[in-house]
Amino acid sequence: MKPKQSSRREFIQRSTKGAAAGGVAAASGDAAVVESAIKPLKTAHTHQSTSICPYCAVGCSVVVHTLGDSARNVKPAIVHIEGDPESPINRGTLCPKGASLEEFVQSDRRLTTVQYRAPGSREWRRITWAEALEKMARRIKDSRDRGFEATDAQGRTVNRLRNIAMIGGCTDTNEINYLLGKFRFGLGLVSYENQSRL
Amino acid sequence: MTVAKLIDTTLCIGCKACEVACQEWNDQEYTLGTFGGTYQTMPDLAHNFWNLIKFNEMERDGGTSWLMSKYQCMHCAEAGCLAACPAPGAIVARPNGTIDFVQDNCIGCGYCITGCPFDVPRLSPTTKKVYKCSLCSDRTAVGLEPACIKTCPTNCLTFGERDELVRIAEARSTELKADGFPDAGVYNPQGVGGTNVLYVLKHASEPEQYGLPKDPHIPLSVSLWKGPMKWLGTLMFWGTILGTFLHFVIYGPQDPSKHGHPEKEDEPRDRA
Amino acid sequence: MTNGWTDVSNADVVLVMGGNPAENHPVGFRFVMEAKRLRKAKIVCVDPRFTRTAAVSDLYVPIRSGTDIAFLGGLIHYALSENKYQRRYVEQHTNASFLIAEGFGFSEGHFSGWQDGKYDKSTWQYELDGQGYAKVDPTLEHPRCVFQLMKKHYSRYTPEVVANICGCTAEEFLKAAAMITLAAAENKSGTVLYALGWTHHSFAVQLIHAAAMVQLLMGNIGMPGGGVNAQRGHANIQGSTDMGAWNYLPGYLKLPRANQTALVDYLKANTPKPLRPNSLNYWGNTPKFMTSLLKAYYGPHATAANSYGYDWLPKVAEGADHSWGTFFDEMDAGKMEGLISFGMNPVANGPNTPKMIRGLSKLKWLIVAENFETETAAFWRAKELADKEYPHSLKAEDIQTEVFLLPAACFAEKDGSFVNSSRWLQWKQVAVDPPGEARRDQEIIADLFLAIRALYEKEGGKGAEPLLRMQWSYAKPHVPTLREVAREVNGVDLATGKQLNGFGELQADGTTACGNWIYSGSWPEAGNQMARRGQVDPTGLGLYPEWAWSWPANRRILYNRASTDEQGKPWDATRAPLRWNGKRWAGDTPDYKADAAPDSLGAFVMLPEGVARLFAPDLVEGPFPEHYEPAESPVDNALHPNANANPLLRVYQSDLDSLGSAKDFPFVAITYRLTEHFHYWTKHTSSSAELQSNFFVEVPEELASEKGIASGTRVRVSSARGELEGPALVTKRLRTLKVSGRKVYQIGLPIHWGFVGKVHGPLINKLTPSAYDPNCGTPEYKGFLVNLEKIG
Repeated sequence: MKPKQSSRREFIQRSTKGAAAGGVAAASGDAAVVESAIKPLKTAHTHQSTSICPYCAVGCSVVVHTLGDSARNVKPAIVHIEGDPESPINRGTLCPKGASLEEFVQSDRRLTTVQYRAPGSREWRRITWAEALEKMARRIKDSRDRGFEATDAQGRTVNRLRNIAMIGGCTDTNEINYLLGKFRFGLGLVSYENQSRL
Repeated sequence: MTVAKLIDTTLCIGCKACEVACQEWNDQEYTLGTFGGTYQTMPDLAHNFWNLIKFNEMERDGGTSWLMSKYQCMHCAEAGCLAACPAPGAIVARPNGTIDFVQDNCIGCGYCITGCPFDVPRLSPTTKKVYKCSLCSDRTAVGLEPACIKTCPTNCLTFGERDELVRIAEARSTELKADGFPDAGVYNPQGVGGTNVLYVLKHASEPEQYGLPKDPHIPLSVSLWKGPMKWLGTLMFWGTILGTFLHFVIYGPQDPSKHGHPEKEDEPRDRA
Repeated sequence: MTNGWTDVSNADVVLVMGGNPAENHPVGFRFVMEAKRLRKAKIVCVDPRFTRTAAVSDLYVPIRSGTDIAFLGGLIHYALSENKYQRRYVEQHTNASFLIAEGFGFSEGHFSGWQDGKYDKSTWQYELDGQGYAKVDPTLEHPRCVFQLMKKHYSRYTPEVVANICGCTAEEFLKAAAMITLAAAENKSGTVLYALGWTHHSFAVQLIHAAAMVQLLMGNIGMPGGGVNAQRGHANIQGSTDMGAWNYLPGYLKLPRANQTALVDYLKANTPKPLRPNSLNYWGNTPKFMTSLLKAYYGPHATAANSYGYDWLPKVAEGADHSWGTFFDEMDAGKMEGLISFGMNPVANGPNTPKMIRGLSKLKWLIVAENFETETAAFWRAKELADKEYPHSLKAEDIQTEVFLLPAACFAEKDGSFVNSSRWLQWKQVAVDPPGEARRDQEIIADLFLAIRALYEKEGGKGAEPLLRMQWSYAKPHVPTLREVAREVNGVDLATGKQLNGFGELQADGTTACGNWIYSGSWPEAGNQMARRGQVDPTGLGLYPEWAWSWPANRRILYNRASTDEQGKPWDATRAPLRWNGKRWAGDTPDYKADAAPDSLGAFVMLPEGVARLFAPDLVEGPFPEHYEPAESPVDNALHPNANANPLLRVYQSDLDSLGSAKDFPFVAITYRLTEHFHYWTKHTSSSAELQSNFFVEVPEELASEKGIASGTRVRVSSARGELEGPALVTKRLRTLKVSGRKVYQIGLPIHWGFVGKVHGPLINKLTPSAYDPNCGTPEYKGFLVNLEKIG
């Protein structure tokens, strides 16, 4: 059985080469012979950054491939994201969510402008960051001025705020969480939770 | 050196990372599906979906069993698609054993579909070209693993030199036998001269449970076409370029079930 | 996790319960498969559903959702009665020998001290000697020692009782018990992997305590391949927990209460005293941690004279609760004016969606910083986008909430560190800039914070001082870099200006500042340890001490001192994370004093006992876990029908908070993720949407045939909170259970859809109850009641 198998394979390969006389590419995994019919590697000229997958908490390391340097007229763009083979956790592997990260970063549903919805409005309206910041700071201050308790009913210093709540997401980094903590304690806010409680 | 992919189904957790890695690497167009009563992404492969995990839920050996296995081009040693293809350079067997489709040379006749005993190649309705897994020839050419294999979290997929993988597969099936699975074995069907995609199965006598044909062969019509009748084929090639549509007129659209695909008959999917 | 993902491959037994890692942590699951393949480890999967994890396990046992404590209690009983526990470990490293005060007991479903809906915990205490140390009986024979009390408590959890409550058979339970207790051998270790299948219950903390008890009895805590391992479902919820919540400051320091009016009161209340002469009692250092945090917060304004600015921290009323459920209840009652959401989606994530939407509708303003338009940002569009699903939502015109939706950078567009479930802090690089006008979170926070401050500076206002004294001394205050912040978190010696090497250098006299003591050492003078990419593994146990940085002190296995006996001899010489060389401990960073002789200190240095707690008096509903039924249950509690649910179950009283009964809602529902999606994000991603585009309802085959339902048939699922529709997926994988002599069916509800995204579907939390765990405030998303009907 075996000899027959290999001779058959040779036959097929020979016949392929015969049929491929018109310049068909050939490549081998080890010799890296690349010819025209093999499509160019899309990560051939990329810059590589390492990051951590933002989904579950296994903490897979990923390599983000971007095209374009940081020259004045260039905006680097992600062309591919794949597992980082150096990570002892994932050793280059990724799950189906991790493998889809490029689609997530570049999703056409990503928000790219500040949106504002006025009371009673039926639609979003685009506003500038400056307008948004001014309005938000005003709303927070007004609410805080109404809700801040410097002392409680027994006259004890409590410096707390109970009419504003704050919640943090699951991909806020440690440093962002720390800043949110300073923000929160600056305001005196006690109703503070994050995704870890759900 | 002939390369191969080893699929150890005993380590597959049906996570579909390989599906996404394939889609993403190959820049496939994504499609939203309708509910098919199953965990399976698609009922079948598509021109823009080359790698499918099949799910098969059943009661056996006194308990529930849920078999998952990967379905894609088998990169046959004796490739039916290649044998059937009349267009020079549209299907190539690369020196490493990979069977690759070069769409620039494809005439869309669909004969490869007829020739494939595993029902793998798919015709795109828009480009009128046929597509399937290339074993990421662009990656392997520069020493990278195919996308599906690189992403596989559980080491269910291995890439490497074929003879070595055959040895690993056999050692693994021996190990499984010792672990209490007497029917464990390697799927490497000889009817197509062996495949460059190898499977380790817990129930090797029932490959159909994994969506694999029990004893695949190149259809007789295709064997004739590239064998004794080759002169006819060469003659017909030129005619085919002009008259691809005639195929459809005469035979209608491809119906793989006509070519005897056990997995079609058994519907071993996650349908209840 | 006490251990870590890479360590799981050291296990001989893997108990997967309350989690489904093959689907939700596939890459972490590779270490389970490695243990199975290379060590021939036994995998036991206990789950209401036959999952993809079950599919590759050695043993699957079905269980009714919410009965895990009964199962684990059964394991405790089995281990003790069959003598399958690691006796020497239990003697040396747990509080089994501690005597409990007279009067402790348990009857009719309540521990001693139950009165008027509350516990008086005075009988749950250790019996102390004249010096304030707990009395012990090393023989474990004293009738009031923890070991005997535990034995008595769990004597009720026989295999038959377990089977009757859980719905598996006694044989299945015994098979699992035999397999799990293989790890009782001194040279074997077993791991427990859990996730939200345990925390989404109204007795979540007790459940995890039960698992810890099992692991202590098996001698598995501190062992490679052992531990109690929370898989954690999001990239940085370990990190956000580490950085505090409503009741915590960073580093698990408690938030002050109103009666702790001075720093000295706070420290007195929160600095434990050792309960045994050989207890290191590391929390005795609380004054150093707290003072250094206050110095990080208030900088030069924090002085000894003003108790380092302690007054400026908010003080929560004694006994008050400001957790998730409470503040959404307050919002729904109209008591909240604003909500700031940094990357969170409560409309989708929170229980009882209609209540979430109604709560948001009562706000004056809502700020959402996000990658996408989420259901929360678009809550006011619920009627427009999904009227059929949210019929009681108000029309946009009738909602007065002002909404700001801020485009924020995603993970690849900002640096900073995530903590994975192994407690590894891993640093990310910036790959690209955020798209369009999207901005990095630190800039948004800084701008907003400084804008508010500017208003107070200009106009004055209430409580200006705490706000203005908060230190914000970044080189560019509006654009702080996360590197600056990470250095602040690590801590600094204020005299020399040098980065601290670790929390061992912290001082209580205001000479050090540190933003989170458990992260101290992550950025010393030597630089950013979180960005390290070293590959070495000197112990051969997969600890990788030079890859990233692990809290605390780069320790990879918590409680690793307990991997050896009292004399320092490893329980298993082939798997020793620590070795005592006569002078020092070598290997992993010791969870012990590095140069302390093995017999000089108790192995659990963080606890005042110096040993681990089998008996844990700090939990609110009892020192031993007890089986209580979920808030909604199809049966009465078989152990004590008069104490059915958790006696301290937290529920709310709004008109949207009703609970249902088995009469109207006969089936048990479970919500869960599928491997194809991540939470409520990937519905915005084409490739994930392709993998599973559609919501479905998983229905057991037998129930489906009773109701004439086939796969694809449209069904309606309803609970006391609401109803939703979708196609059925009829499956053998949800087995019919027999509970208290009757059939119980469980219905599966995957969670990933909503009313915005590339694919749409109902939000599952329309059905879930606002019933919460009283210890930590997690909602009961698993094991609530529903009805199922065929439509047309």
